[in-house]
Amino acid sequence: MLMYRVFAKPQKASIYLRQIIVEIDNIGISSLTIVAIISVFMGGVITIQSAFSITSPLVPLYVVGYTTRESIILEFSPTIVCLILAGKVGSNIASEIGAMRITEQIDALEIMGINSAGYLIFPKIAAAILIFPFLIALSMFLGIAGGYVMGVSSGACTGYEYVYGIQAFFEPWKLYYSFTKVLVFAFIITSVSSYYGYHTEGGALEVGRSSTNAVVYSSILILLFGLILTNIFLSH
Amino acid sequence: MIEIKQINKSFGDRHVVKDVSFVFKRGQTNLIIGESGCGKTTIVKLMVGLHAIDSGEIIFDGHNFNTLGQTQKQEIRTEIGMLFQGGALFDSQTLEENVRFPLDMFTKLTKAEKMDRVNFCLQRVKLEGKNKLYPAELSGGMKKRAALARAISNNPKYLFCDEPNSGLDPKTSIIIDDLIHDVTHEYNITTVIVTHDMNSVIEIGDNIMFVYKGENWWTGDKTQIFNVANKELRDFVFASEFIKKVFKQHNT
Repeated sequence: MLMYRVFAKPQKASIYLRQIIVEIDNIGISSLTIVAIISVFMGGVITIQSAFSITSPLVPLYVVGYTTRESIILEFSPTIVCLILAGKVGSNIASEIGAMRITEQIDALEIMGINSAGYLIFPKIAAAILIFPFLIALSMFLGIAGGYVMGVSSGACTGYEYVYGIQAFFEPWKLYYSFTKVLVFAFIITSVSSYYGYHTEGGALEVGRSSTNAVVYSSILILLFGLILTNIFLSH
Repeated sequence: MIEIKQINKSFGDRHVVKDVSFVFKRGQTNLIIGESGCGKTTIVKLMVGLHAIDSGEIIFDGHNFNTLGQTQKQEIRTEIGMLFQGGALFDSQTLEENVRFPLDMFTKLTKAEKMDRVNFCLQRVKLEGKNKLYPAELSGGMKKRAALARAISNNPKYLFCDEPNSGLDPKTSIIIDDLIHDVTHEYNITTVIVTHDMNSVIEIGDNIMFVYKGENWWTGDKTQIFNVANKELRDFVFASEFIKKVFKQHNT
């Protein structure tokens, strides 16, 4: 029912468009720093762990780069970064809409004759679907770059071996799989968080509870749909 | 004019609004008064469609609100301005953006025309020059006035005010009451005010409904309310020692 109202025809497209741009800033641009920091560090950690695990002299060292690329593209950037964004963006959305609910701002929109669900939630979903792929692409790039820096500086592998590894056996359809996951997760994070925010009743305590529920259920759904999509794309 | 006919509302097994009927007249300040928890705000929320009625009719100038489709309801709502108890200003928008919001959504005015209207409304509520302030930077009284400016910005036919004086000092309360009274008469609006403030009753009570335990207990105006024999209403009206004394002195 809520989603029916969210995707109802916009009452004034120009206002919705303006809101989408605002939300791209709120949801996407403001998450750049956290995504960048986590990606660089995780890329470094994955590289060192991969190198540490390779004990046989028969395994070439370019496998370090290969493993890092696969881990980052297939799972770390699309799933783990989205789980982190579920915490940051999800709690933000739920508390923002929840606070609007308990301070009667949503009632004010409704009384003005505005479809509050569409006005508040649709721009957030659209913005996340538009900006998340860019955030995740950046995360992939920085993760692999972080791996290079740590791999070379720690002596785990040479720069040449790492670069050779990240290019070896590359299959472009894996990016298609990853970005499909990202789009689904973007929808899950924004819609679940908006749902909990929109249905907040009570006071500040309930806003906090909605925020927690938004993060918990978004995370569970991300893991569930991650498994389903992996099963669809990767199982033989 | 808004007419409510035998409206009922229950929340679970609590029957909150019981067979309430009343006519809210155009160009008048129509007051719903009563003790806290008697169902006043629920009646207003039923009238504006924030809650669904269990039975009865709510008629806005001949249109039965509850039988209308979603689109028609939204059309009527564009003619409603509402002043909420806490103001309900949008936190992320400046005062100017708040007041301009209904104009952006529902009119095809040019940017300059909208600004003229915004400045006019802010001037009307004595907040001129405060355009760029955010709600968090306003005092309680200023928030109420700003919310009133937003409520009247799109020339509403119906104005609803939920406890416009709650939490305000007596001087600011009078300013708010006078503003509501003035805009009601100037623009011939059907204004519905929920209050338990006797000063408001004395100042602006053109048409009054006293609600007691969810029922319409008495109807009249500010000239009649002090001479009613009804015990429940007298207990409400003369709850204040000050009003008792003033009334005694006036009669002697």
